[in-house]
Amino acid sequence: MNLTLHVWRQKGPQAKGKLETYQAKNVSPDQSFLEMLDEVNDDLIKSGKDPIAFDHDCREGICGMCSQVINGRPHGHEERTTVCQLHMRQFNDGDEIFVEPWRAKAFPIQKDLIVDRSSLDAIMQSGGYTSCHTGGVPDGNTFPIPKPVADYAMDAAECIGCGACIAACPNSSAMLYTSAKVAQLAALPQGKPEARKRVKAMTEALLAEGFGNCTNHYECEAACPKGISVKFIAKLNREYLKSMMPSSLGE
Amino acid sequence: MNLFTSTVGRKILMAVTGLMLVGFITVHLLGNLSIFWGADAINAYAKHLHDLGPLVWIFRLVMLCLFAIHITFGVQLYLENKAANPEPYAVQKTLVTTFSAKTMVFTGLIILAFLIYHLLHFTVQVTNPDISAHNLPLVDGHLDVFTMVVMSFQKVFIAIIYLIAMVALFLHLSHGVSSWVQTLGWSTGPSQDKVTALGKLVAIVYGLAYIAIPLFILAHIVK
Amino acid sequence: MILDGKAPTGPIETSWDRHRFDMKLVNPANKRKYKILVVGTGLAGGAAAASLGELGYNVEAFCYQDSPRRAHSIAAQGGINAAKNYPSDGDSVYRLFYDTVKGGDFRAREADVWRLAQVSNNIIDQCVAQGVPFARDYAGYLDNRSFGGAQVSRTFYARGQTGQQLLLGAYSALSRQIKNKTVKMFARREMLDLVVVDGVAKGIACRNLITGEIESYWGDAVILATGGFVNVFYLSTNAMGCSATAIWRASKKGAYMANPCYTQIHPTCIPQHGDKQSKLTLMSESLRNDGRVWVPKKAEDCDKHPNDIPAEDRDYYLERKYPSFGNLAPRDIASRAAKEQCDDGRGVGDTKRGVYLDFKTSIERVGQPMIAQRYGNLFEMYEKITDENGYERPMRIYPAPHYSMGGLWVDYHCMSNIPGLFVLGEANFSVHGANRLGASALMQGLADGYFVIPYTIAQYMASVKPGEITDEHPEFKKSVEDVKGEINKLLSIKGKKTVGELHRELGSVMWEDVGMARSEASLKHALQRIPEIREEFWKNVNVTGESGELNQQLENAWRLADFLEFAEIMTTDALHREESCGGHFRTEHQTDDGEAMRDDENFCYVGAWEFKGAGVKPELHKEPLKFENVKLAVRSYK
Repeated sequence: MNLTLHVWRQKGPQAKGKLETYQAKNVSPDQSFLEMLDEVNDDLIKSGKDPIAFDHDCREGICGMCSQVINGRPHGHEERTTVCQLHMRQFNDGDEIFVEPWRAKAFPIQKDLIVDRSSLDAIMQSGGYTSCHTGGVPDGNTFPIPKPVADYAMDAAECIGCGACIAACPNSSAMLYTSAKVAQLAALPQGKPEARKRVKAMTEALLAEGFGNCTNHYECEAACPKGISVKFIAKLNREYLKSMMPSSLGE
Repeated sequence: MNLFTSTVGRKILMAVTGLMLVGFITVHLLGNLSIFWGADAINAYAKHLHDLGPLVWIFRLVMLCLFAIHITFGVQLYLENKAANPEPYAVQKTLVTTFSAKTMVFTGLIILAFLIYHLLHFTVQVTNPDISAHNLPLVDGHLDVFTMVVMSFQKVFIAIIYLIAMVALFLHLSHGVSSWVQTLGWSTGPSQDKVTALGKLVAIVYGLAYIAIPLFILAHIVK
Repeated sequence: MILDGKAPTGPIETSWDRHRFDMKLVNPANKRKYKILVVGTGLAGGAAAASLGELGYNVEAFCYQDSPRRAHSIAAQGGINAAKNYPSDGDSVYRLFYDTVKGGDFRAREADVWRLAQVSNNIIDQCVAQGVPFARDYAGYLDNRSFGGAQVSRTFYARGQTGQQLLLGAYSALSRQIKNKTVKMFARREMLDLVVVDGVAKGIACRNLITGEIESYWGDAVILATGGFVNVFYLSTNAMGCSATAIWRASKKGAYMANPCYTQIHPTCIPQHGDKQSKLTLMSESLRNDGRVWVPKKAEDCDKHPNDIPAEDRDYYLERKYPSFGNLAPRDIASRAAKEQCDDGRGVGDTKRGVYLDFKTSIERVGQPMIAQRYGNLFEMYEKITDENGYERPMRIYPAPHYSMGGLWVDYHCMSNIPGLFVLGEANFSVHGANRLGASALMQGLADGYFVIPYTIAQYMASVKPGEITDEHPEFKKSVEDVKGEINKLLSIKGKKTVGELHRELGSVMWEDVGMARSEASLKHALQRIPEIREEFWKNVNVTGESGELNQQLENAWRLADFLEFAEIMTTDALHREESCGGHFRTEHQTDDGEAMRDDENFCYVGAWEFKGAGVKPELHKEPLKFENVKLAVRSYK
């Protein structure tokens, strides 16, 4: 099939960008979206033009590197799918496809479709961990964790940190991303000791990094390639309320 | 304090003040609906309120604070969110969010504008002095609120202002009510849809009930 | 030269404990004075950087991705082994040690494997403490599943995303150290040179992938944890950015490349379709717990719908050939068996390079919901890629390059022959021998990072004066200039072929000639073709863009340039190793029924190659392997 692509091209962080139009010819339905872009790039190189820069790595939907908004939807229109797992059989001959980078103040564009997501790392660094030392921890079975709790934590932990939730959010809020980690650790006995501190620190970091506030649009959940539920945001809110209650230690 | 600066803290403030304001409009609505029981009912209600004296002022002060918090943070959050999302996509698509969620700040501001008008209209009574209760003959020694209301809403222009405001209220509530459940952390995922549906239902009930008053008067059903 | 692995002698059961006591320590106040560079932030590098930072060293960590959380460790699906023996099914440290040595076809260093097996249990505890949501039973205790090459259930898992969860655990530990300022993180940097001063590793040169600037960093020790090299086959299950570049550049500075011919071809990958594919996708080996592998008995049935082929016309060849391990035969054996069936004309799918992985029996036994609970995400992934429903018809699978057992040579301390250069995880050669068992890569990465390097690096540090050589040294400037020179050279060729095209050419040579089965003729053919492609590359490649900007073509170009040199050493190693063992199968050396035939008399050693220049025959150094605890025996899974 043949497709018309409108791709965001931007030389560098300060440069002005615009949409450029390209033709993708003889696209096979078995190709992934990124493989289709590879081919477009090969054509560009052969005609002496600068190929489209886009982030990608594992190409099996787990590393969270790929990050394109396709026809207005982060990772494209197929549900629970990253761009690298989006296959061209989901498109029709003659389709016009708009490809844009994640857009948010906290994600400055570096080139074409590549954005800087170090703000997500900064949120993790503010408290997305348990402060255990290497070594000197008890046996893994010391604290039994009921299966439903382990499953709940795992549901939250599936986040791949791609940033689609932010790209989809009308407020560019990173609340789903933040809440997934807060909820995972708050549910587990290992994460509970620092739960109060964590939820405060991580939500503060969220604002400091320039993300917006959550106003319950739930676009994040709809865009998430891993189907992370907004129930974790409710959990974060709950954890936050808990953290405001005076503790028995008088903190 | 964290509550006034943090992203979740302010969200909780919005939810709690929002909830209390819903409480207010509930009481207000119940009082207003007395108009359907005739002139005596609503006039008695008005007198009753009046007789509360200083309590009314305390109540007004609380309401002022609630509104101030709700509006200040609402606007502040809106401006922050806009700043966080400076550039639009060429193809802009949303999947699950609603018109009402996207227009919260605007419907909120419409309600604010209306509130000011509403106070000038029925409380201070300066917008239409000819039909203000102060200028109408007393009934049994009390102000004739009923006649003031009926005569007001018989003016199409005023009725339309109220209609628009009530549509804004409906939109505001239809996102606000369900949002509140999520914000206070009471939703647990699968129930999300039910909560959203319930929120809409509440909004419809309030919207219809409020709109009924000008509408029934305009249609000369209440006269 | 005969290499010394410096493994401790004496009873193996106490070797690591005794050795830990014997090694020198660095006192806490002095640790602050040392700087350590960690290149690569996957399981091994991330865990090492976090642990060393916590101990008090100044750590600077580097990765080519935009965040340490994206390292390819994240893609490991099935699980991580540990000798916990929670199910009480007869496991022990000794058995894990034994299985790993045997699974590696007796080509690993015993003491290293023992240490790995011993610390495996600490890893599970560590990860649980970090909040890794391992699968649990209803009582709340850790759950296990079975993996290939073992008759006990010792694999811990987090759905089909174990690697992701373990990496996020290491990433969280690393994030904590970054916050505490003990680790400085440099993302989007790719190491392009090792700085060696007077024979000692003292730093690196790398390119800032965003600005294009060539930067140099000094350290009192350099740790490479940069993963494997199977992208030399072009199509593999590795991430697109995985390359041999870091270890190859170290190799060009004198580090020996050990056993590069030991590459793992994973049996359960989604078969290739069409020629436009950029990578292959792995399906966890754990699927073989419940899936049965078969091909039609008759070649003429291959085009039929699999569900129309009656049971008596199906050849469950793994169960037939290896009755005691059945579908859980180790990877090298399962892969080769699949190739055999396809070579025999009984492969399935469009390309006839595929075998069935059938869940029907298990679905009948435990029901589809149970299967979905165990592997739901894998079925989903399979359907996305192939457009077929794995519950309704058997999946099609085929082997694909997946892991490299070979890597830079290291001694028991994980230090290479260049003092101060440490190599961890997949990048080194140490514990997997000629074949890695499933769920052991995660174990090794974390063992090296959390529980080995923090001890062994102290022994080296105690002998080094901190900050003796910094980036003021002229060697750093030279290194930066060399890298700039090479980049300018790549950009100036402006030929006709794209990097991708040339990589595909190299890949097809490597897959055909140095893939699952190798012969003298095929290897010699490869040794002729590789220099030809390399020559064409340096004459006719077209790398667009400039050096001072984000330039992905340039990144791909230098990675391929390194593969083109590395491929030759890998093939040379395969040609020299006149035996079949593990992932290295020489068609000349097989038993009558097609099993690998080792030659312990002549090849029971680690082959470590010293680079002598591109196109020049490398020099072989040997480290003899002694087996004192596991008896050298024919590896049988029958």
